[in-house]
Amino acid sequence: MGAGTSLGRVRGLGSAKDGVHHWWLQRVTAVGNLVLVLWFIGSLIRLPGLDYASVTLWLRQPVAAVPMLLTIVSVFWHFRLGVQVFIEDYVHGAGRVIAMLALNFYTLAGAAAAVFAVFKIALGAQ
Amino acid sequence: MGSRPIAPRPLSPHLSIWKWKVHMLVSILHRATGTALAFGAVVLFLWWLIAAASGPEAYALFMLVATSWFGLLVGIGLTWVFFQHMATGIRHLVMDTGQAMDLATSKTFATMTMVASVLLTIGTWAYILVGKGY
Repeated sequence: MGAGTSLGRVRGLGSAKDGVHHWWLQRVTAVGNLVLVLWFIGSLIRLPGLDYASVTLWLRQPVAAVPMLLTIVSVFWHFRLGVQVFIEDYVHGAGRVIAMLALNFYTLAGAAAAVFAVFKIALGAQ
Repeated sequence: MGSRPIAPRPLSPHLSIWKWKVHMLVSILHRATGTALAFGAVVLFLWWLIAAASGPEAYALFMLVATSWFGLLVGIGLTWVFFQHMATGIRHLVMDTGQAMDLATSKTFATMTMVASVLLTIGTWAYILVGKGY
C-alpha cells in the first residue's frame, strides 16, 4: 500500500487501469448464474420429457430461448473469469500464455456454437 | 558466536504440519467444482444443445449415452458438483460483504454448503426419477 496518489487509490485503479473489474464481473455473473442456471435446471426437470420433441418445442418459445441465451452469456463469461484465476495460480511462464489463449478460444467457440444452436432451434424451420 | 540458551519455545507455523479443516475443504472444492463445470458440464451442455439443433438422430445418440447407467452417474455427479459450487459461491458472496467471518459461523456455513449440495442433489434426482416415473 502507499503507491500512487490518493485519487488513484480511491478509484482502485492500478497500473493496469483495470482495478477490481475482473473481481466485480465474477460476482455479477455469479448472481446471473444463480438465477439463470436454477431456472434452466428447474425448466428441464419440469418438461414432460427430455426427448427431442419436448426439448425443441420448449426452446422455440421466446420465454425459454431468451433466458437460455442469457444463461449462455452469463455461464461462459463466469467460467472464463474463473478459469483465468486457476491458470494464473497454477500455470507459469510461456505455458500461461498458451493456456490463456486456449481458454479464450474454448470460451468464444463454445459460446458461439451454443448461441447459434439456440437461434437455429428457436427460429429454424419446424 | 556466543552460546544461546536452548529453550522450548514456539516456532513459526510449519508448512508441512497442518490438518484439514472444513473451511479449507470447501475452499478447494469451490475451485475443483468450478473447473469440473467449466470443462465437464459445459462440454456436455454443448453436446446436448448442438444435438438438439442438429436433428432427431443426433439427439437420439446423446440420449442413448445420457440415459445409460454411466450417463446417469455423470448426470448425478455433475448435479452435486453444480450445487456444491453454487452453495460455496453463495458463501463467497456473503463473506465478500464481511459477514460470517468469525470462526464458529464460518465453520457452520462451510459445513452447511455440503449438507445443502447433497440434499439438493437428492431432491432434484428424486423429482426426476420418482416424480417422472422413469
